[in-house]
Amino acid sequence: MTLSTHSLVLDIPLREPHPLELAIESGQMWGILGPNGVGKTTLLHTLAGLVTPRSGSVSLAHKPLSDWHRLSLAQQVGVMFQEHQDGFPATVLETALLGRFPHLSPWEMETDADIAMARASLAYLELSALSERSVSQLSGGERQRTALAALLTQDPSVWLVDEPTNHLDLHHQVAVMRLLQRKAQSDKLVVMSLHDVNLAATWCSHVLLLYPDRPALMGRADKLLTLEHLQPLYQQPLVQGEIDGRLVFLPKPV
Amino acid sequence: MIAPRYLIWPLLTLTIVSLVCVIAAVTQGSVALSLEQLWQAFQGQGSLLNQTLVWELRVPRVLAAFATGGLLAVAGALMQILLRNPLADPYVLGISGGASVAALLAILAGITGVFLSGAAFIGAVLSTLLVFGLAQGVGRASPMRLLLTGVVIAAGWGACITLMLALAPPQKIPGMLFWLMGDLSYAHTPWLAWLVLVPICFVLMPLGRSLNVLARGPMQAAALGVNVKQLERLVFVIASLLTAVAVTTAGSIGFVGLVVPHMLRLVLGNDQRLILPACALAGGTLVTLADTLARTVIAPEQLPVGVITALLGVPTFLFLLRRGRV
Repeated sequence: MTLSTHSLVLDIPLREPHPLELAIESGQMWGILGPNGVGKTTLLHTLAGLVTPRSGSVSLAHKPLSDWHRLSLAQQVGVMFQEHQDGFPATVLETALLGRFPHLSPWEMETDADIAMARASLAYLELSALSERSVSQLSGGERQRTALAALLTQDPSVWLVDEPTNHLDLHHQVAVMRLLQRKAQSDKLVVMSLHDVNLAATWCSHVLLLYPDRPALMGRADKLLTLEHLQPLYQQPLVQGEIDGRLVFLPKPV
Repeated sequence: MIAPRYLIWPLLTLTIVSLVCVIAAVTQGSVALSLEQLWQAFQGQGSLLNQTLVWELRVPRVLAAFATGGLLAVAGALMQILLRNPLADPYVLGISGGASVAALLAILAGITGVFLSGAAFIGAVLSTLLVFGLAQGVGRASPMRLLLTGVVIAAGWGACITLMLALAPPQKIPGMLFWLMGDLSYAHTPWLAWLVLVPICFVLMPLGRSLNVLARGPMQAAALGVNVKQLERLVFVIASLLTAVAVTTAGSIGFVGLVVPHMLRLVLGNDQRLILPACALAGGTLVTLADTLARTVIAPEQLPVGVITALLGVPTFLFLLRRGRV
């Protein structure tokens, strides 16, 4: 499956239009990097068909998103949001079960099999003990993992994940990135926005560097993640080093 | 559709409780009937007085009370989901204000009976259209815009009502006040309310899952395949229609639409497939009970039913809240 953009200009006010031509294939794991406010989240939402671009289009499997039926699109594309809204009480299990929504018809009730899938997702993210807890009582990291469990239950072909490691401790950061990598290896398509260059360097096969003032760069992570490209990206002097054969970038304290 | 146990048992229990309350309500009043007398009256036997009492006074009124409660509770649950605001109730968008202003104008003009109800209904619909039209503004009507527009319009209607009461001739004021407080003694035609309540409960059933997702926010719902704009518009229309019919039947009875959905959520969780039908039953039961008390406590005098719904609801709600999981 291919997720591609054609002359895509995001709907961000006061921004010089730099049309984006992306072609993302199944099996790849993409990281979107860029400074605050550059449009990482807007790009993810546009790729999911939730936000209309200023111009250009997004296609999934060579068919424009606007031609997809909403529900069949949701069977293929899953999104994890950065902010989790909950005005009403819901348990962790109910939240994980949300992922089954696109797979059931309006008159169908969730079956034991659906509930078993949700429980398996919770177990994978080490949330089984919390399954009857209200999401409003969870810590930030637990909520983040609950949202990811819902996505795992949805089991889409395309994973669009906004800041997957937000609020997570180091152990769970690794667990979550490994989950996403495993999905990419089993021929899913994974796109995530990231703040941490080093996570992108460790886990992503490809990166997209979104600059506020010039055309974006995209390609293989090992080619693009260099001081030459990253310092202008963040407007921040960086240093690079190697630990255990891995490239590491750190900000230069000024 | 496979209805799992967690749907069947609560709904069955509520249905039985509703039936018991309705039958009890028909037996109670300024003249109490025994179950035997009631059964005779139902079969067209027994004293003529009892038959008239049951068929022409009590049954229509109890049915009207039940349907009004059901309409208000379902409308409240829908408004809370639509506006993603637990404090929303059926009247929050100024619907009852519009209905009240129209009804009071009708009373001032000397209009009574069916035409008074018609005026109230038109007022409710006009107010709904006004709020929705104004909330559109530039771009789409966000729930927050809708809520604020509704609250402001409701305040405007409130001022109009006060003005009319201040200027009204004294002999008209008692009738106007009774209409404002919510009163079932004029509700002799429960059929409109039932004709709206029952089909809409069926329309809502397949929407339950989409509403569950919408309660998690519009973006999440859209990402899971819900056509949010269409669903929100449909919910708005349905909730407004339910409220307009309720207000037309019985004036503005407060509290039911706010508290019944919350009570049920505290006990049953927040699955709309369960909550919406449960609201119809529990809201109906609450108003039926309240109306029965309203017409028996100091019979033959009657109390405003809205006072009783609040007096019954407040302690029950607080009790559930202390034990609940909010």
